[in-house]
Amino acid sequence: MAKERSIPAPMANPETEPFWAAAREGRFLIKRCTACGKAHWYPRACCPHCMSEATEWVESPGRGTIYSLSVMKRAPEVYAVAYVTLEEGPTMMTNIVECDYDSLAIGQAVQIAWRPTAEGGPPYPVFKPR
Amino acid sequence: MTIKGKAYIAGAYEHPTRLAKDKSVAQLHAESALGALRDAGLTKADVDGYFCAGDAPGLGPLAMADYMNLTLRHLDSTDLGGCSYIAHVAHAAEAIAAGRCSVALITLAGRPRSEGHSGATPRIRGADAPDTQWEFPTGVATVNAYAMVAARHMYQFGTTPEQLAWVKVAASHHAQHNPHAMLRDVVTVEQVVGSPLIATPLHRLDCCVVSDGGGALVVVAPEIARSLKRPLVKVLGAGESMKGQMGGDVDLTYSAGVRSGPAAFAEAGVKPADIQYASVYDSFTITVVVQLEDLGFCEKGQGGRFVADGNLISGVGKLPWNTDGGGLCNNHPANRGGITKVIEAVRQLRGEAHPAVQVKDCRLALAHGTGGLLGSRHGAATLIMERE
Ligand SMILES: [Zn+2]
Repeated sequence: MAKERSIPAPMANPETEPFWAAAREGRFLIKRCTACGKAHWYPRACCPHCMSEATEWVESPGRGTIYSLSVMKRAPEVYAVAYVTLEEGPTMMTNIVECDYDSLAIGQAVQIAWRPTAEGGPPYPVFKPR
Repeated sequence: MTIKGKAYIAGAYEHPTRLAKDKSVAQLHAESALGALRDAGLTKADVDGYFCAGDAPGLGPLAMADYMNLTLRHLDSTDLGGCSYIAHVAHAAEAIAAGRCSVALITLAGRPRSEGHSGATPRIRGADAPDTQWEFPTGVATVNAYAMVAARHMYQFGTTPEQLAWVKVAASHHAQHNPHAMLRDVVTVEQVVGSPLIATPLHRLDCCVVSDGGGALVVVAPEIARSLKRPLVKVLGAGESMKGQMGGDVDLTYSAGVRSGPAAFAEAGVKPADIQYASVYDSFTITVVVQLEDLGFCEKGQGGRFVADGNLISGVGKLPWNTDGGGLCNNHPANRGGITKVIEAVRQLRGEAHPAVQVKDCRLALAHGTGGLLGSRHGAATLIMERE
């Protein structure tokens, strides 16, 4: 495997702290709305679908498929930016790792992986082929 | 209320510089403003409305308005990214129609080339933006956010790299006639797809230039327009919108142009087939393909076929487009291509485009753009203008 790029630390705020605290325990949380029943991404206190405040954190197995991707060639370490559609419904921007960049494809099944971030930040959710 | 016929674009000026190592951003704004006022036959004292966006240094419009020492009764610093200035023309027309001002000045300027910016370098767009902690760690650069749109378009509609390349080919055919254009060499489809991949599936020649520069527009009330010596370019209709990730219901196949375009056409009372010249923001080749579909110049998914075989080349194809060479070849000042889109449309409507690319008897033109990142969250603005 080629050397991976260093990932900058995500800056948590009070609204998102539970996500990053769970990430430190290796758990992947997403938000779901108890009013309309729909999951969303990125996590918010107010549901982006119905504006209800009745949202809850739920643990996700972190399985999905690649919706689109772009392999960044013009960088010291090649990396892949992608949108992954989770089995729960929402599509999230992320990276694909532990893969052959030239054979990555839309529709490919992926599962969550975690990567450390700079300056002791919380782990960041990325995906790898499954 | 409608803005149809309520305002005219009397002044338009594109700063000739493409590398401004020895100028400040404020200076470029002011030089552009002066150029547009001279073009209109007006002076600073006539200006009573001022419009700018995030490229203007300082807080909103305040620092630039003070730098130019304007006396104003209307200010607007709406920022929709690179298409802001297209929206500003509409906002100026609204303000004029409401009696809030009668001579509106719009400026843009920046020096990303001198400052070493690149669309291939990830940058934070607001540390406190709610999306930053989720997306900035991915290393998503501007080019990736457009490349993912291209990848999905190819997957879903069978669009090819060669079809995207035709957009750049058309821009280069036009740029060869523009002495100010950064890239004046005509290129072929083979050269575009043979240029290095920057971010799959986009090649170097699918990407716009990075240039210093600026531009300005002067929008005026009808009675003022008629008192000036310039051809009458009337605002017919406009629309604006935005599109994001829709809470995770991401759909990269269309842009906010699906809302701004139809709104503009409805207000103007015309349809895409009536448009004789179109300026459509070309940050990347894929940007043009998606927007042409969303504006209704072709069916969704057919944009690749529509742009192929020189269909955007003036005098060759059905839709003369970006006849200044666009952002792909001419100029992309401040990394924001909206104002140059309006400026070239005004040149076309006045009959002042380069003779090699001038559309014969051009009476109806469109300027459209997106701003921000097409693949995550972007603004869109559409403007339809008529030569009276
Ligand atoms: Zn809800």
